[in-house]
Amino acid sequence: MSAPHSQIAAAFLRRKAAWTPLEAGLWCLALAAAFLFPSQQLLLSEIAILALFALSLDLIVGYAGILSLGHAAFFGVGAYTAGLFSLHVSAEPLTGLAVSAVVAGLLGLATSFLVLRGSDLTRLMTTFGVSMLLAEGANQAAWLTGGADGLSGILLEPIAGTFEFDLWGRTGYLYCLAVLFILLLVARRIVHSPFGLSLKAIKRNSRRAAMLGIAPNRRIVIIYTISALYAGMAGALLTQTTSFVSPDVLAFHRSADVLLVLVLGGVGYLYGGIVGAVIFTLLRAWLSVVTPQYWMFWIGLILVALVVIGRDRLHPARAIALVRSRLPGRAGEKAVPLSEDSR
Amino acid sequence: MLTILFDGIAYGMLLFVLACGLAVTLGLMNFVNLAHGAFAMAGGYVTVVMMNRYGLSFYWSLPAAFLAAALLGAALEVTLYRRLYAAPHLDQVLFSIGLVFMAVAGIDYFMGGQQQLISLPPELSGRFSLFGVGIGRYRLFIIILCALLTLALQLTLTRTRIGSQLRAAVDDGRVARGLGINVSRIFVLTFALGSGLAGLGGALGVELLGLDPNFPLKYLIYFMIVVTIGGTSSITGPFLAALLLGVADVAGKYYLPSLGAFIIYAVMIAFLILRPHGLFTREGGK
Repeated sequence: MSAPHSQIAAAFLRRKAAWTPLEAGLWCLALAAAFLFPSQQLLLSEIAILALFALSLDLIVGYAGILSLGHAAFFGVGAYTAGLFSLHVSAEPLTGLAVSAVVAGLLGLATSFLVLRGSDLTRLMTTFGVSMLLAEGANQAAWLTGGADGLSGILLEPIAGTFEFDLWGRTGYLYCLAVLFILLLVARRIVHSPFGLSLKAIKRNSRRAAMLGIAPNRRIVIIYTISALYAGMAGALLTQTTSFVSPDVLAFHRSADVLLVLVLGGVGYLYGGIVGAVIFTLLRAWLSVVTPQYWMFWIGLILVALVVIGRDRLHPARAIALVRSRLPGRAGEKAVPLSEDSR
Repeated sequence: MLTILFDGIAYGMLLFVLACGLAVTLGLMNFVNLAHGAFAMAGGYVTVVMMNRYGLSFYWSLPAAFLAAALLGAALEVTLYRRLYAAPHLDQVLFSIGLVFMAVAGIDYFMGGQQQLISLPPELSGRFSLFGVGIGRYRLFIIILCALLTLALQLTLTRTRIGSQLRAAVDDGRVARGLGINVSRIFVLTFALGSGLAGLGGALGVELLGLDPNFPLKYLIYFMIVVTIGGTSSITGPFLAALLLGVADVAGKYYLPSLGAFIIYAVMIAFLILRPHGLFTREGGK
């Protein structure tokens, strides 16, 4: 007799959720970077923030299959909320972070109903439209947002009353890293739960998922809201580490960049955002030194090449799976083909 | 009042010529091509170079812009776009954004980042008054030219052999192939025609819309609105959508300048909520 289905399913989920040495190593490396590269702390914070932003996008693109061209909307709202909160209410960073998350999450909840209907194209257009609407709003409402000049003069109290932001940005980096780590743990918990599995079912075939008794709309609303919350926190971290908000946080290129970051790192395994953010930020830092004005060209070329060569072939998770399947003693496990995007 | 309506119609007509190629690739072939504006920009820059650097006439640069953009479109279709017709939408989005980035930076490198200006031939500049309505000569020229183009396009699509072959190819490529239609060639021709029209629109739009390296990003939203609101049933839908958008945009900018962009985005989102598949939906197609 085989074990009951619920036990098999639970064991399956637990096996997928197990920590690997590679993951632990990555986090040790990230922590060590705070002490190994004392002069590069600002760049490292930038990477951590971008990684969090891409992680939030991965939740909806990689797990629920919703394409968004306007994810910067939530990032920007989080950034502005954190800035306004610290200017007018309280300069305590953790409260500011929480408030930004709530505001961005509420916006996500409100706009999630727009992505329920229609095709991929309709979703692209509505998300794009919402973000452009907000960008235009931030530009016009100069009394609140400072218009094109942005918000400046944001001073923050020490984090939790003890850790003061230092000149070199080490506290800032460790703060971003801690937030990223905690949020990644939460995201891991979400995607490896039955809820996460049902999202994948919706992504593969929402009609069939509905017939199996999974309500697609409710789940999409939930994950979209969570994703907006994450993006809002990423925006808040940017404000708090740079002490400045510019209208650039809502710009279109930010939505496009984060999509590129996610795709560079690989969609649908949570670490794609982190891997992509490291590659993208280093690449941009290098390119902007080599060709200060035209780095956009090379980013575009990389995008085109990436798509033409095939994202699947360059997917890090697939490469790992391939290596693992060839290791002795594990020959029985076959590399799972990553065909999640095929519909 | 009527002048605004007239300007809006001219603007809408121009938008339609710019976007009708996209209506075919995106609407009919279901390829999310965000790089459509790059072809329009190519046409615009061909005009600028021909007129300002070589001193050629505006009338000669229009067909040149069409040809250049069409050739560019055909070349890209054969080398790159063709591989991605069946790819997931995410790939198509990334690919075309990549193309836009390359086009923007490339033009910036070769032509500089400033606004490009051309001087229209004297018979097209200025205004005259007809029954108390101020009419810009150039806008009238655009309306006539675009109306003729639209008519020709509609007749080609509905009345000719190649039009029905195209409709068959986008409805069901496999069956069309089975019937002996060379689907790949039809797609190249269509793509080239769409890009060429965008190039022509870009050339006509230098005076009206302005031209700088950010053109493809700035007008992307307008093209997409025309196609998503217009739907994919015929070219009538995008045509009406373009006229609506043109009049709404000109009127919005005139009467409520501070809310200008809001109206466009809000109207688009409202439309997409109410009619996710556009004004007119196509029966029977895939």
